[in-house]
Amino acid sequence: MKPKDSVKPYFNPYFGGILLGGLLLLTFFLTGRGLGASGAAKSTVVATVDKVAPKYAEENHYLGQFLSDDKHPMNDWLVFEVIGVLAGAFLSGALAGRLTFKVEHSPKITSRRRLIFAAIGGLLFGIGSQLGRGCTSGAALTGMAALSLAGFVTMIFIFGTGYVAAYFFRKNWI
Amino acid sequence: MGPLIPQDIINPAWSNAIAVLIGMGFGFILESCGFSSSRKLAGVFYGYDFVVLRVFFTAAVTAAVGIFFFNYMGWLDARMLYINPYYINGAIVGGIVMGLGFITGGYCPGTSYCAAAIGKIDAIVFSVFMMVGILLFSLVYPLIENFYNASSKGPVLIYEALGMSPAVFLAIFVVIALVAFIVTSRIEKKVKKVEY
Repeated sequence: MKPKDSVKPYFNPYFGGILLGGLLLLTFFLTGRGLGASGAAKSTVVATVDKVAPKYAEENHYLGQFLSDDKHPMNDWLVFEVIGVLAGAFLSGALAGRLTFKVEHSPKITSRRRLIFAAIGGLLFGIGSQLGRGCTSGAALTGMAALSLAGFVTMIFIFGTGYVAAYFFRKNWI
Repeated sequence: MGPLIPQDIINPAWSNAIAVLIGMGFGFILESCGFSSSRKLAGVFYGYDFVVLRVFFTAAVTAAVGIFFFNYMGWLDARMLYINPYYINGAIVGGIVMGLGFITGGYCPGTSYCAAAIGKIDAIVFSVFMMVGILLFSLVYPLIENFYNASSKGPVLIYEALGMSPAVFLAIFVVIALVAFIVTSRIEKKVKKVEY
Protein backbone atom coordinates (compact mmCIF):
# COMPACT_ATOMS: atom_id res chain seq x y z
CA MET A 1 0.00 0.00 0.00
CA LYS A 2 1.34 3.39 -1.01
CA PRO A 3 -0.83 6.13 0.40
CA LYS A 4 -0.71 9.55 -1.19
CA ASP A 5 0.96 12.27 0.90
CA SER A 6 -2.35 13.78 1.93
CA VAL A 7 -3.90 10.45 2.96
CA LYS A 8 -3.46 9.51 6.61
CA PRO A 9 -2.73 5.87 7.47
CA TYR A 10 -5.38 3.57 8.92
CA PHE A 11 -5.59 2.77 12.65
CA ASN A 12 -3.51 -0.09 13.98
CA PRO A 13 -6.03 -2.99 13.74
CA TYR A 14 -5.62 -4.10 17.37
CA PHE A 15 -6.10 -0.51 18.56
CA GLY A 16 -9.15 -0.23 16.30
CA GLY A 17 -10.47 -3.55 17.57
CA ILE A 18 -10.17 -2.47 21.20
CA LEU A 19 -11.98 0.79 20.39
CA LEU A 20 -14.73 -1.14 18.58
CA GLY A 21 -15.00 -3.65 21.44
CA GLY A 22 -15.20 -0.78 23.94
CA LEU A 23 -17.96 0.84 21.89
CA LEU A 24 -19.82 -2.46 21.71
CA LEU A 25 -19.54 -2.86 25.50
CA LEU A 26 -20.80 0.71 25.97
CA THR A 27 -23.72 -0.02 23.63
CA PHE A 28 -24.66 -3.11 25.67
CA PHE A 29 -24.28 -1.11 28.89
CA LEU A 30 -26.58 1.66 27.64
CA THR A 31 -29.16 -0.19 25.53
CA GLY A 32 -28.95 -3.87 26.52
CA ARG A 33 -28.32 -4.80 22.87
CA GLY A 34 -25.41 -4.49 20.50
CA LEU A 35 -24.66 -2.89 17.15
CA GLY A 36 -26.27 -3.65 13.79
CA ALA A 37 -26.38 -2.67 10.15
CA SER A 38 -28.69 -4.70 7.89
CA GLY A 39 -31.72 -3.92 10.08
CA ALA A 40 -31.74 -0.33 8.84
CA ALA A 41 -31.88 -1.51 5.22
CA LYS A 42 -34.76 -3.79 6.15
CA SER A 43 -36.63 -0.89 7.79
CA THR A 44 -36.07 1.18 4.65
CA VAL A 45 -37.51 -1.60 2.48
CA VAL A 46 -40.50 -2.02 4.83
CA ALA A 47 -41.18 1.74 4.82
CA THR A 48 -40.80 2.03 1.03
CA VAL A 49 -43.11 -0.90 0.25
CA ASP A 50 -45.59 0.41 2.82
CA LYS A 51 -45.60 3.76 0.97
CA VAL A 52 -45.84 2.33 -2.56
CA ALA A 53 -48.10 -0.65 -1.93
CA PRO A 54 -49.50 -0.46 1.61
CA LYS A 55 -51.93 -3.33 1.13
CA TYR A 56 -49.21 -5.65 -0.11
CA ALA A 57 -46.85 -4.66 2.74
CA GLU A 58 -49.51 -5.41 5.31
CA GLU A 59 -50.45 -8.75 3.79
CA ASN A 60 -46.88 -9.94 3.21
CA HIS A 61 -46.06 -12.25 6.11
CA TYR A 62 -42.49 -11.01 6.31
CA LEU A 63 -42.85 -7.26 5.88
CA GLY A 64 -46.17 -7.17 7.75
CA GLN A 65 -44.60 -8.21 11.04
CA PHE A 66 -42.49 -5.01 11.08
CA LEU A 67 -45.50 -2.73 10.61
CA SER A 68 -47.53 -1.35 13.51
CA ASP A 69 -50.11 1.41 13.79
CA ASP A 70 -48.35 3.43 16.44
CA LYS A 71 -44.79 3.39 15.08
CA HIS A 72 -43.43 4.31 11.66
CA PRO A 73 -41.04 1.61 10.34
CA MET A 74 -38.24 4.19 10.04
CA ASN A 75 -38.62 5.09 13.72
CA ASP A 76 -36.21 2.33 14.63
CA TRP A 77 -33.03 2.30 16.75
CA LEU A 78 -30.93 0.81 13.95
CA VAL A 79 -32.07 3.43 11.43
CA PHE A 80 -30.78 6.17 13.74
CA GLU A 81 -27.62 4.18 14.41
CA VAL A 82 -26.93 3.84 10.67
CA ILE A 83 -27.48 7.58 10.11
CA GLY A 84 -24.69 7.94 12.67
CA VAL A 85 -22.56 5.32 10.87
CA LEU A 86 -22.77 7.29 7.62
CA ALA A 87 -21.86 10.53 9.43
CA GLY A 88 -19.03 8.94 11.41
CA ALA A 89 -17.50 7.22 8.38
CA PHE A 90 -17.75 10.45 6.37
CA LEU A 91 -16.03 12.35 9.18
CA SER A 92 -13.23 9.79 9.41
CA GLY A 93 -12.81 9.79 5.63
CA ALA A 94 -12.77 13.60 5.54
CA LEU A 95 -10.17 13.89 8.31
CA ALA A 96 -7.96 11.26 6.66
CA GLY A 97 -8.29 12.67 3.14
CA ARG A 98 -10.10 9.63 1.75
CA LEU A 99 -13.21 11.29 0.30
CA THR A 100 -13.32 10.52 -3.43
CA PHE A 101 -15.97 9.28 -5.82
CA LYS A 102 -14.54 6.13 -7.35
CA VAL A 103 -15.11 2.49 -8.18
CA GLU A 104 -12.45 0.58 -6.29
CA HIS A 105 -11.32 -2.54 -8.12
CA SER A 106 -8.32 -4.67 -8.96
CA PRO A 107 -6.40 -3.39 -12.01
CA LYS A 108 -7.06 -6.79 -13.61
CA ILE A 109 -10.80 -6.20 -13.89
CA THR A 110 -12.96 -3.41 -15.30
CA SER A 111 -15.14 -1.03 -13.26
CA ARG A 112 -18.13 -2.57 -14.98
CA ARG A 113 -17.23 -6.05 -13.76
CA ARG A 114 -16.63 -4.73 -10.25
CA LEU A 115 -20.04 -3.03 -10.18
CA ILE A 116 -21.82 -6.15 -11.45
CA PHE A 117 -20.22 -8.22 -8.70
CA ALA A 118 -20.97 -5.53 -6.10
CA ALA A 119 -24.63 -5.76 -7.14
CA ILE A 120 -24.62 -9.58 -6.90
CA GLY A 121 -22.93 -9.40 -3.50
CA GLY A 122 -25.41 -6.83 -2.22
CA LEU A 123 -28.32 -8.93 -3.42
CA LEU A 124 -26.95 -12.05 -1.70
CA PHE A 125 -26.17 -10.18 1.53
CA GLY A 126 -29.69 -8.75 1.53
CA ILE A 127 -31.17 -12.23 1.30
CA GLY A 128 -28.66 -13.86 3.66
CA SER A 129 -29.01 -11.24 6.38
CA GLN A 130 -32.76 -11.86 6.51
CA LEU A 131 -32.29 -15.64 6.63
CA GLY A 132 -29.66 -15.26 9.35
CA ARG A 133 -31.70 -12.67 11.27
CA GLY A 134 -28.83 -10.21 11.15
CA CYS A 135 -25.53 -9.61 9.37
CA THR A 136 -21.86 -9.53 10.26
CA SER A 137 -22.53 -6.70 12.75
CA GLY A 138 -25.83 -7.62 14.35
CA ALA A 139 -25.69 -11.41 14.28
CA ALA A 140 -21.99 -12.31 14.15
CA LEU A 141 -20.01 -9.58 15.99
CA THR A 142 -22.68 -8.61 18.51
CA GLY A 143 -23.68 -12.24 18.99
CA MET A 144 -20.08 -13.28 19.67
CA ALA A 145 -19.65 -10.46 22.19
CA ALA A 146 -22.76 -11.65 24.04
CA LEU A 147 -21.45 -15.24 23.69
CA SER A 148 -24.54 -16.37 21.80
CA LEU A 149 -24.31 -19.65 19.91
CA ALA A 150 -26.11 -18.04 16.95
CA GLY A 151 -23.35 -15.40 16.75
CA PHE A 152 -20.52 -17.94 16.56
CA VAL A 153 -22.32 -20.24 14.10
CA THR A 154 -23.23 -17.33 11.80
CA MET A 155 -19.65 -16.02 11.91
CA ILE A 156 -18.19 -19.45 11.10
CA PHE A 157 -20.52 -19.92 8.13
CA ILE A 158 -20.00 -16.40 6.73
CA PHE A 159 -16.21 -16.61 6.79
CA GLY A 160 -16.04 -20.36 6.12
CA THR A 161 -18.09 -19.94 2.94
CA GLY A 162 -15.92 -16.96 1.98
CA TYR A 163 -12.80 -19.13 2.19
CA VAL A 164 -14.38 -22.05 0.32
CA ALA A 165 -15.63 -19.79 -2.48
CA ALA A 166 -12.54 -17.50 -2.58
CA TYR A 167 -10.77 -19.66 -5.18
CA PHE A 168 -13.56 -19.20 -7.73
CA PHE A 169 -13.58 -15.42 -7.43
CA ARG A 170 -9.84 -14.84 -7.12
CA LYS A 171 -9.62 -13.03 -10.44
CA ASN A 172 -11.72 -10.22 -9.00
CA TRP A 173 -9.35 -9.57 -6.12
CA ILE A 174 -5.80 -10.82 -6.75
CA MET B 1 -26.90 -1.00 37.45
CA GLY B 2 -26.77 -1.45 33.66
CA PRO B 3 -28.17 -1.83 31.06
CA LEU B 4 -29.37 1.73 31.60
CA ILE B 5 -32.12 2.36 29.04
CA PRO B 6 -34.09 -0.92 29.55
CA GLN B 7 -34.21 -0.14 33.28
CA ASP B 8 -35.27 3.49 32.71
CA ILE B 9 -32.11 4.80 34.39
CA ILE B 10 -31.71 6.78 31.19
CA ASN B 11 -35.03 7.96 29.80
CA PRO B 12 -35.84 5.94 26.63
CA ALA B 13 -36.66 9.29 24.97
CA TRP B 14 -32.88 9.67 24.59
CA SER B 15 -32.63 6.36 22.81
CA ASN B 16 -32.56 7.67 19.24
CA ALA B 17 -30.06 10.44 20.02
CA ILE B 18 -27.82 7.84 21.68
CA ALA B 19 -28.25 5.63 18.60
CA VAL B 20 -26.91 8.38 16.33
CA LEU B 21 -23.91 9.00 18.61
CA ILE B 22 -23.08 5.28 18.94
CA GLY B 23 -23.48 4.91 15.17
CA MET B 24 -21.06 7.78 14.60
CA GLY B 25 -18.48 6.03 16.73
CA PHE B 26 -19.11 2.76 14.88
CA GLY B 27 -18.76 4.36 11.44
CA PHE B 28 -15.72 6.38 12.46
CA ILE B 29 -13.89 3.34 13.84
CA LEU B 30 -14.74 1.07 10.87
CA GLU B 31 -13.61 3.67 8.33
CA SER B 32 -10.45 4.45 10.30
CA CYS B 33 -9.56 0.74 10.34
CA GLY B 34 -9.82 0.56 6.55
CA PHE B 35 -13.18 -1.22 6.41
CA SER B 36 -14.30 1.24 3.72
CA SER B 37 -12.08 -0.55 1.18
CA SER B 38 -13.39 -3.75 -0.38
CA ARG B 39 -9.91 -4.75 -1.50
CA LYS B 40 -8.61 -4.46 2.05
CA LEU B 41 -11.58 -6.46 3.38
CA ALA B 42 -11.19 -9.19 0.76
CA GLY B 43 -7.57 -9.61 1.86
CA VAL B 44 -8.76 -11.83 4.70
CA PHE B 45 -9.89 -14.45 2.14
CA TYR B 46 -6.65 -14.42 0.13
CA GLY B 47 -4.15 -13.92 2.93
CA TYR B 48 -2.70 -10.59 1.84
CA ASP B 49 -4.39 -8.49 4.57
CA PHE B 50 -5.93 -9.88 7.76
CA VAL B 51 -7.21 -6.55 9.08
CA VAL B 52 -10.80 -7.90 9.21
CA LEU B 53 -9.82 -10.83 11.40
CA ARG B 54 -7.70 -8.65 13.70
CA VAL B 55 -10.29 -5.93 14.25
CA PHE B 56 -13.25 -8.32 14.40
CA PHE B 57 -11.68 -10.78 16.85
CA THR B 58 -10.13 -8.06 19.04
CA ALA B 59 -13.49 -6.28 19.25
CA ALA B 60 -15.47 -9.45 20.04
CA VAL B 61 -12.99 -10.56 22.72
CA THR B 62 -12.77 -7.07 24.26
CA ALA B 63 -16.55 -6.73 24.46
CA ALA B 64 -17.11 -10.30 25.69
CA VAL B 65 -14.47 -9.99 28.42
CA GLY B 66 -15.80 -6.50 29.24
CA ILE B 67 -19.36 -7.79 29.67
CA PHE B 68 -18.10 -10.65 31.88
CA PHE B 69 -16.08 -8.21 34.02
CA PHE B 70 -18.89 -5.63 34.27
CA ASN B 71 -21.30 -8.40 35.25
CA TYR B 72 -18.85 -9.72 37.88
CA MET B 73 -18.45 -6.23 39.34
CA GLY B 74 -22.24 -5.79 39.44
CA TRP B 75 -22.17 -2.89 36.97
CA LEU B 76 -24.11 -4.68 34.26
CA ASP B 77 -26.68 -7.46 34.59
CA ALA B 78 -25.65 -9.81 31.78
CA ARG B 79 -28.92 -11.73 32.10
CA MET B 80 -30.77 -8.66 30.81
CA LEU B 81 -28.76 -8.46 27.58
CA TYR B 82 -30.36 -9.42 24.29
CA ILE B 83 -29.12 -12.81 23.08
CA ASN B 84 -29.94 -13.44 19.42
CA PRO B 85 -31.98 -16.66 19.18
CA TYR B 86 -30.41 -19.64 17.48
CA TYR B 87 -32.31 -20.93 14.45
CA ILE B 88 -30.12 -23.68 12.99
CA ASN B 89 -31.46 -23.30 9.43
CA GLY B 90 -31.27 -19.52 9.42
CA ALA B 91 -27.81 -19.26 10.96
CA ILE B 92 -26.27 -21.86 8.61
CA VAL B 93 -27.99 -21.09 5.31
CA GLY B 94 -28.02 -17.35 6.04
CA GLY B 95 -24.31 -17.52 6.88
CA ILE B 96 -23.53 -19.36 3.63
CA VAL B 97 -25.48 -16.87 1.50
CA MET B 98 -23.80 -13.96 3.32
CA GLY B 99 -20.39 -15.56 2.79
CA LEU B 100 -21.08 -15.73 -0.96
CA GLY B 101 -22.23 -12.11 -0.81
CA PHE B 102 -19.00 -11.12 0.94
CA ILE B 103 -16.67 -12.79 -1.56
CA THR B 104 -18.56 -11.48 -4.61
CA GLY B 105 -19.47 -8.02 -3.31
CA GLY B 106 -16.42 -7.33 -1.14
CA TYR B 107 -18.45 -5.77 1.64
CA CYS B 108 -20.88 -6.60 4.37
CA PRO B 109 -23.77 -4.23 5.16
CA GLY B 110 -22.02 -2.08 7.80
CA THR B 111 -18.81 -1.74 5.80
CA SER B 112 -20.75 -0.91 2.62
CA TYR B 113 -22.39 2.02 4.41
CA CYS B 114 -18.96 3.28 5.51
CA ALA B 115 -17.51 2.94 2.01
CA ALA B 116 -20.59 4.58 0.47
CA ALA B 117 -20.18 7.48 2.91
CA ILE B 118 -16.68 8.24 1.57
CA GLY B 119 -17.77 8.01 -2.07
CA LYS B 120 -17.11 4.41 -3.14
CA ILE B 121 -19.55 3.86 -5.99
CA ASP B 122 -19.25 0.06 -5.75
CA ALA B 123 -20.43 0.33 -2.13
CA ILE B 124 -23.42 2.47 -3.09
CA VAL B 125 -24.38 -0.21 -5.65
CA PHE B 126 -23.87 -2.92 -3.00
CA SER B 127 -26.11 -1.09 -0.48
CA VAL B 128 -28.88 -0.47 -3.01
CA PHE B 129 -28.88 -4.08 -4.19
CA MET B 130 -28.90 -5.24 -0.59
CA MET B 131 -32.31 -3.59 -0.27
CA VAL B 132 -33.38 -5.26 -3.52
CA GLY B 133 -32.27 -8.56 -1.95
CA ILE B 134 -34.35 -7.89 1.15
CA LEU B 135 -37.37 -7.13 -1.06
CA LEU B 136 -36.74 -10.34 -2.98
CA PHE B 137 -36.57 -12.25 0.29
CA SER B 138 -39.98 -10.86 1.29
CA LEU B 139 -41.41 -11.92 -2.10
CA VAL B 140 -40.30 -15.55 -1.73
CA TYR B 141 -40.95 -15.58 2.02
CA PRO B 142 -44.27 -17.48 1.76
CA LEU B 143 -42.35 -20.36 0.15
CA ILE B 144 -39.63 -20.51 2.79
CA GLU B 145 -41.56 -19.41 5.87
CA ASN B 146 -41.59 -22.89 7.41
CA PHE B 147 -37.90 -23.43 6.76
CA TYR B 148 -37.11 -19.96 8.16
CA ASN B 149 -38.99 -20.49 11.40
CA ALA B 150 -38.06 -24.14 11.91
CA SER B 151 -35.29 -25.46 14.15
CA SER B 152 -35.59 -22.69 16.71
CA LYS B 153 -33.42 -23.30 19.73
CA GLY B 154 -34.04 -20.00 21.52
CA PRO B 155 -31.36 -17.70 22.95
CA VAL B 156 -28.66 -20.34 23.51
CA LEU B 157 -25.32 -19.27 24.96
CA ILE B 158 -22.27 -20.93 23.49
CA TYR B 159 -20.74 -21.94 26.81
CA GLU B 160 -24.02 -23.63 27.79
CA ALA B 161 -24.07 -25.52 24.49
CA LEU B 162 -20.47 -26.63 25.11
CA GLY B 163 -21.15 -27.42 28.76
CA MET B 164 -18.54 -25.00 30.12
CA SER B 165 -18.51 -22.13 32.57
CA PRO B 166 -18.39 -18.66 30.95
CA ALA B 167 -14.92 -18.04 32.39
CA VAL B 168 -13.45 -21.20 30.85
CA PHE B 169 -15.02 -20.42 27.49
CA LEU B 170 -13.70 -16.84 27.56
CA ALA B 171 -10.19 -18.09 28.33
CA ILE B 172 -10.36 -20.47 25.34
CA PHE B 173 -11.77 -17.68 23.17
CA VAL B 174 -8.86 -15.39 24.07
CA VAL B 175 -6.32 -18.13 23.33
CA ILE B 176 -7.94 -18.89 19.94
CA ALA B 177 -7.83 -15.19 19.06
CA LEU B 178 -4.14 -14.90 20.02
CA VAL B 179 -3.21 -18.01 18.03
CA ALA B 180 -5.17 -16.66 15.04
CA PHE B 181 -3.28 -13.35 15.26
CA ILE B 182 0.11 -15.08 15.26
CA VAL B 183 -0.70 -17.60 12.51
CA THR B 184 -2.26 -15.01 10.20
CA SER B 185 0.71 -12.65 10.64
CA ARG B 186 2.98 -15.45 9.41
CA ILE B 187 0.70 -16.22 6.46
CA GLU B 188 0.56 -12.53 5.56
CA LYS B 189 4.37 -12.39 5.35
CA LYS B 190 4.48 -15.33 2.95
CA VAL B 191 1.66 -14.26 0.63
CA LYS B 192 2.51 -12.06 -2.33
CA LYS B 193 1.71 -8.41 -1.61
CA VAL B 194 -1.30 -6.96 -3.40
CA GLU B 195 -1.15 -3.27 -4.23
CA TYR B 196 -4.35 -1.33 -3.63
